[in-house]
Amino acid sequence: MSLFKHLAGLKMDVLKEVGNIGAGNAATALSRLIDKPVDMKVPTVSILPFEEIAERVGGSEQVVVAVFLRVEGDAPGNMFFIIQADSAKKLLQQLLSLEPSENFDYSEMELSTLSEIGNILAGSYLSSLADFTRLFMAPTVPSIAVDMAGAILSYGLLQFGQMGDDALLIDTSFFEGRELMEGHFFLIPDPESFEKIFRALGVPTE
Amino acid sequence: MKQEQIIKVGMADLNFAVQGAVLRTTGLGSCVGVTLFDTKSKIAGMAHVMLPSSDIARDSSFNIAKYADTALPELIRLMKAAGAAPDRMVAKLAGGAQMFAQLGKSDTLRIGPRNVESCKNILSVYPIPILAEDTGGNYGRTIEIDSFTGILHIRSVQHGVKEL
Repeated sequence: MSLFKHLAGLKMDVLKEVGNIGAGNAATALSRLIDKPVDMKVPTVSILPFEEIAERVGGSEQVVVAVFLRVEGDAPGNMFFIIQADSAKKLLQQLLSLEPSENFDYSEMELSTLSEIGNILAGSYLSSLADFTRLFMAPTVPSIAVDMAGAILSYGLLQFGQMGDDALLIDTSFFEGRELMEGHFFLIPDPESFEKIFRALGVPTE
Repeated sequence: MKQEQIIKVGMADLNFAVQGAVLRTTGLGSCVGVTLFDTKSKIAGMAHVMLPSSDIARDSSFNIAKYADTALPELIRLMKAAGAAPDRMVAKLAGGAQMFAQLGKSDTLRIGPRNVESCKNILSVYPIPILAEDTGGNYGRTIEIDSFTGILHIRSVQHGVKEL
């Protein structure tokens, strides 16, 4: 925990606002894309042991669709757009009017669509964040995987692995009420990025 | 039938089991699940290794179960204390995938194969023979080893269940 011990109330609130602004824009983008209202929950900022991060999306073995983007620039980090397998099917149905295939099989078309949705949403998350902080942030080309949440998320924790056993997660969940489609944005800034984010927002770091 | 006792091994964690208890770790991605088994004393061990080498540790009091080079010696020490003999141990490995295959260029993202390589190097020092492995690929795995038979069960979303 030593890494985070100085992250007191104000700083946690700032990070929460970071999630709020980013995900708010992304939710708007999603809502335009599917032409349906999308609601968003108040973001949570938590310092979690690696083990518990996967619990946020149903546990280590829960099968999820995840779009991963590495954030490059002034405040690097990892970003995941995660949706439950059945929510992903519903999203595809709305967008492509496709008859969903069974189980965990996704066609090339479906995967590339989901990946593009992740790309659009992550792009709007990051660009609003970059505007707000005046930091340069650019996402890499998205990668998609349909697999166990634990296996996928551990990938985003490697930078933290060298520092300790906890990671700081900014989690925003959103849902399209009627169809009960639920998804999460996880932003996991690299340990070195916090100071830059705080400094950019004028939060005293000492 | 007797109720199996399942001992959960978390991420960056290790443990051992005796008398037919089962060791289980879930959601191995780029992490490697190393299992050791002493056929005579029926003691099984499992480590869920996250990173290849403690050289990169930036915190002084790090968790030794996290790195291949510190986790395996500790696992062997624990199993020895429980009555296993390193010269009777055999190893099976699973995991070390590249979850996002498209991103295989940078070193951080090639962490899976590097983890596997590092585990093999350390086992070869003892030497503990590697009987079987199911490593690489681009998918996650959940594994269980039975401390009575030493059989390793591997489950993945895309490929179902297999036994090593």
